Amino acid sequence: MTLQGWVQIVVFFAIIVAITPVLGGYMARVYTGQHVFLARVLGPFERGIYRVIRADVRREQDWKAYAASVMLFSLAGWLLMYLILRTQTLHPFNPEGFHSAPWNVTFNTVTSFLTNTNWQYYGGETTMSYFSQMAGLTVQNFVSAAVGICVAVALIRGIIGRNGKGLGNFWQDLVRTVLYVLLPIAVLGALVLVSQGAIQTLGHYLSFTGPTGLEGHMAVGPVASQEVIKNLGTNGGGFFNTNGAHPFENPNGLTNIFEILLVFCIPASLTATYGRMVGSRRQGWALFAAMTVMFVVGVAVLYAAEVHGTPAQHAAGLHTQVYSGSTGGNMEGKEQRFGIAGSALFNTVTTDTSTGAVNAAFDSLTGLGGAVPMANLATGEVIFGGVGSGLYVMLLYVLLAVFIGGLMVGRTPEMLGKKIEAREIKLASLGILITPLTALISTALAIADHAGRVSIFNKGPQGFSETFYAYLSQSNNNGSAFAGYTGFIQPNAGNVGSHGITFADLLGGFDLAFARYAPILFVLAVAGSLAGKRVSPAGLGTMRTDNPTFVVLLIGVIILVGALTFFPALLVGPIVQSLTGHLY
Amino acid sequence: MSIPRNALTAALAIIVMTVLLGVVYPLAITGISQVAFPGNANGQKVYVNGKLVGSKIIGQQFATPVVKNGKPVEEEGVPVTTPDPRYFQTRPSATVPPDNAAATTFSNLGPNNKSTEEEIAANIKAYLELNAPYDPGLSTANVPVDAADSSASGIDPEISQANARIQAHRVAAIRHVPLTQVLGLISNYTTGRSLGIFGEPGVDVLELNLALDRLTGGH
Repeated sequence: MTLQGWVQIVVFFAIIVAITPVLGGYMARVYTGQHVFLARVLGPFERGIYRVIRADVRREQDWKAYAASVMLFSLAGWLLMYLILRTQTLHPFNPEGFHSAPWNVTFNTVTSFLTNTNWQYYGGETTMSYFSQMAGLTVQNFVSAAVGICVAVALIRGIIGRNGKGLGNFWQDLVRTVLYVLLPIAVLGALVLVSQGAIQTLGHYLSFTGPTGLEGHMAVGPVASQEVIKNLGTNGGGFFNTNGAHPFENPNGLTNIFEILLVFCIPASLTATYGRMVGSRRQGWALFAAMTVMFVVGVAVLYAAEVHGTPAQHAAGLHTQVYSGSTGGNMEGKEQRFGIAGSALFNTVTTDTSTGAVNAAFDSLTGLGGAVPMANLATGEVIFGGVGSGLYVMLLYVLLAVFIGGLMVGRTPEMLGKKIEAREIKLASLGILITPLTALISTALAIADHAGRVSIFNKGPQGFSETFYAYLSQSNNNGSAFAGYTGFIQPNAGNVGSHGITFADLLGGFDLAFARYAPILFVLAVAGSLAGKRVSPAGLGTMRTDNPTFVVLLIGVIILVGALTFFPALLVGPIVQSLTGHLY
Repeated sequence: MSIPRNALTAALAIIVMTVLLGVVYPLAITGISQVAFPGNANGQKVYVNGKLVGSKIIGQQFATPVVKNGKPVEEEGVPVTTPDPRYFQTRPSATVPPDNAAATTFSNLGPNNKSTEEEIAANIKAYLELNAPYDPGLSTANVPVDAADSSASGIDPEISQANARIQAHRVAAIRHVPLTQVLGLISNYTTGRSLGIFGEPGVDVLELNLALDRLTGGH
């Protein structure tokens, strides 16, 4: 590891610490109906949208009505996107004349983008028309992110709500999230990316003849507008097959940092939004602190592991030490302009959150390095986590920690003055356990059956890691991949790349939907159960949820519940590989 | 709201969002980018004598087709090429053919896999065969990692400075240019860390090769 590498990591995180109270405070104003400066410009537009979509936003929704709106909006989104992706031959903005991918890939893709996952069983530049990328994928990159934030805000309202069962109005939260939070940052961010070299064009793919007379072809497209929201909305689905490693998506060291600032800014700021809305900023910083500890451990382990290099490199005789003019380390599947530190940081951030964008090949990470994204996912995506989803799952963990802490000291568990009872704990436990359950059962099915095993690319433990990661990633709505998994059939030029493997497409698609919407429903049910509960004043006997002791307890619960569930699986895949120099 | 009323709102909402975020927003960004940053927005195209030779930020092969008995050799429909020793070479690439910017892919080679060792060993061997004759001190121990490991995108436009300095011996000898002059060009086309902090320095291979062509008239 180099000093310079660490300076990069520290500067990045310092910026996040600085952004958090500012953006978090702004979002708190947006969701408590206070005046924000953008309302002067966008207010009439916002009210116009309510009229067009016929939403009566003055009416508060209880948790069931809020949940019904979320589910109906998602269903409508699914249907429209499926229609768009299956009619590519009719599209405008399809200069390469791409046909649609078959039904099985499309089923997986649509579910994937709807659930803020962006798992991709296709190569973007060999499959998707520009219209599909814009009107299909980009739209869900915005609104799936907005749905996550809405659910988190509804949960906060449930936690603080003292009179009545109302959690706010979904349609208002949705429109305000898009207009006042996501879209302004996306517009500015897209232009920053283009100014640094990301592309934004609707033209044909390019053909060129290089200096030696060799012909080449180059995919282009409206990349920056999608790239920015892919990161800001913790979506992660690349315009191109190689995602954030592609120079047109992520052209230099600065964009590399800018893109992960986009990734972390909303999830980190939401902790501050939470603090403000519950009336105690310390509550927000406590969550932020727990997330920070887990982030730092992850990035340090990944960085150190990749600096060390792989057994395959060493067996081939390659020397992996750093020296003047060479990054050293495991550069298999990494880009020169990012090096080891820039790759370790980027990929820790995108797997802490449910982004899943990658700037390096996960399948080629070292054994121990590959364990970091897995462990990050295994926490249930709460290390800042997805936009909204990170906060709401973290708050489920807080409930659990409060409950366990209460049991240990023999007091009735309370959260911010509200009694936590059997109903909330049951709902929270279900909300947390759905994801590991889905991931582990699917992995077992895919390993046990030939139809699952055909998707494996690498031999030995790495093949298991690929399978496990595929279902872990889809269940956690992350979307990053050990991309050898089914990767060998894609991409090929000329749109023959989008063959489906029906088993992988369908099982993954089921995981995506189930592990997204079941927790959302449990979270909203918890919110509904907490809303309207009487608040008792804090006394000497109240267990605090904003001090270092609680932060340690919270991290302990997350590791106990989240990570240990997966320990046997981690043992069979990455841990075996990091303990041996054996080649398979 | 009742369920049917809610469903109508849901359908209208997704249509409004699709028009706003899926059509208006990307087209607006395209319009602004094309006016404000036309070079970047179109991919930093590089022209020589009016002909497109590539993009500054997309790696490409500097190779020539292998010809046997007057016919180009193909392997599974893909023309076989051999590196053109007059030019600096980009990093190993897993795309088909190598450096294919129309269908990018990772190598996905695992850390503990025999196939990975074989691939890396083959890359080292090829690198030594190409460069060792011109740089007698070169051995496996000092092959830089970026020269033996495949890039992530398959179209990495850059190589490390160490990699470029080794290849400089070959290029200088073949083009009959003093080594110091080639090393000077390398530092001209080295991009440092962004703001001095972010990322790693790298040498842009296309720009460097074109500068060499300008210097020696393509020979």
